[in-house]
Amino acid sequence: MSTEGLSTTEYIQHHLTNLHAGEGFWSLHLDTLFVSLIIGLIVFGTMWLATRKATAGVPGGLQNFVEMVVGMVDAQVKDTFHGKSSLIAPLALTIFVWIFAMNAMDVIPVDLLPLVASWAGISHLKIVPSTDLNATFAMSISVFILIYFYSFKVKGFVGFSKEILFAPFGKFPLLIPVNVLFRIVEDIAKPISLALRLFGNMYAGEMVFILIALLPWYLQWMLGAPWAIFHLLIITLQAFVFMMLTIVYLSMAHESH
Amino acid sequence: MNINATLLGQAITFAILIWFTMKFVWPPLLQAMEERAKTIADGLAAAERGKHDLELAAKRSAEIIHQAKEKAGEIIASGEKRASEIIEEAKANAKAEGDRILAGAKAEIDQEVFRAKEHLRTQVSAVALAGAGKILGREIDAKAHNDLLDKLVAEI
Repeated sequence: MSTEGLSTTEYIQHHLTNLHAGEGFWSLHLDTLFVSLIIGLIVFGTMWLATRKATAGVPGGLQNFVEMVVGMVDAQVKDTFHGKSSLIAPLALTIFVWIFAMNAMDVIPVDLLPLVASWAGISHLKIVPSTDLNATFAMSISVFILIYFYSFKVKGFVGFSKEILFAPFGKFPLLIPVNVLFRIVEDIAKPISLALRLFGNMYAGEMVFILIALLPWYLQWMLGAPWAIFHLLIITLQAFVFMMLTIVYLSMAHESH
Repeated sequence: MNINATLLGQAITFAILIWFTMKFVWPPLLQAMEERAKTIADGLAAAERGKHDLELAAKRSAEIIHQAKEKAGEIIASGEKRASEIIEEAKANAKAEGDRILAGAKAEIDQEVFRAKEHLRTQVSAVALAGAGKILGREIDAKAHNDLLDKLVAEI
């Protein structure tokens, strides 16, 4: 515990409070916005640097690394999505890289950046943007909008309406309400499950780190190190899952039943 | 844990990042990767072709060597045959020449013998005549007995 003079509950709550400005809906979590933006600038700027010097010859270290990620994403997209789209593969790459980078903030010691921020007079700082529901829902709702955009674009209004009315049980008139109901549940579940899965995993991980930080300093490594190592897996896995599901949802939007 | 306008801000950031990736990150990298994949595939294909060519060349060279050996064998065989022919011919020629020389020598010897005999014969007749003359003395006329003596010479 670095923040002196706080009870345990206060300490935890302090760590779980965003730095925000404004009241009600029109308030902003400044930490989430700035941290995710800065991470985005760093990570995508680095990738951009790699493409500046990209050659078809022997790739250098940075290009090699970026190409490894790009190749992985490209293989996943090609396996799952069989249509032609210039958006889906870059979208999947953006999702994977950005979420991975945001999640990776979790392995930075929980008290480090808030302490530095407190020197600058910033009272609260949550450094993992993906533990903020706003961040995860922003992505899942964007993906959801894209699903509907492509559903209409590929199948047309009539084709998409037919799909809503007649899938999955068939054209029998009595089944139409059931079909629609199923569709509504399915489509609402998509963005919510996407956002909550990522949020839940990262929030829980962050919570455990905070609890570990409550231990005496000489005991923290016993739990902290295994959890951090295990968390590396979760960080990667959640980024991958979000990306895969996005690809799957968008390929479903492209293919008719 | 409240949903607020941060969501909109995050969505805008997300959209900008997607746009950036689509525009500046994905295409050049993928192009470079595809180009490299093509280069590598071409290289592998060329290597495969080279290997194939090498095999063909090896086969052809083996064939040529085989043919050359056969031809060499033929040439040697015909050369040997020709050599033995030449030897046989030379032997025959030599034999014929030898025979000829031998025959010539024999003829010459015969002639010589004949001449010697001729000479001897005339000498013998002269000796006989001289002997007879000495024995018979003056009574025998050389002219009257010439016919008889000639007959005697012819008989020897």
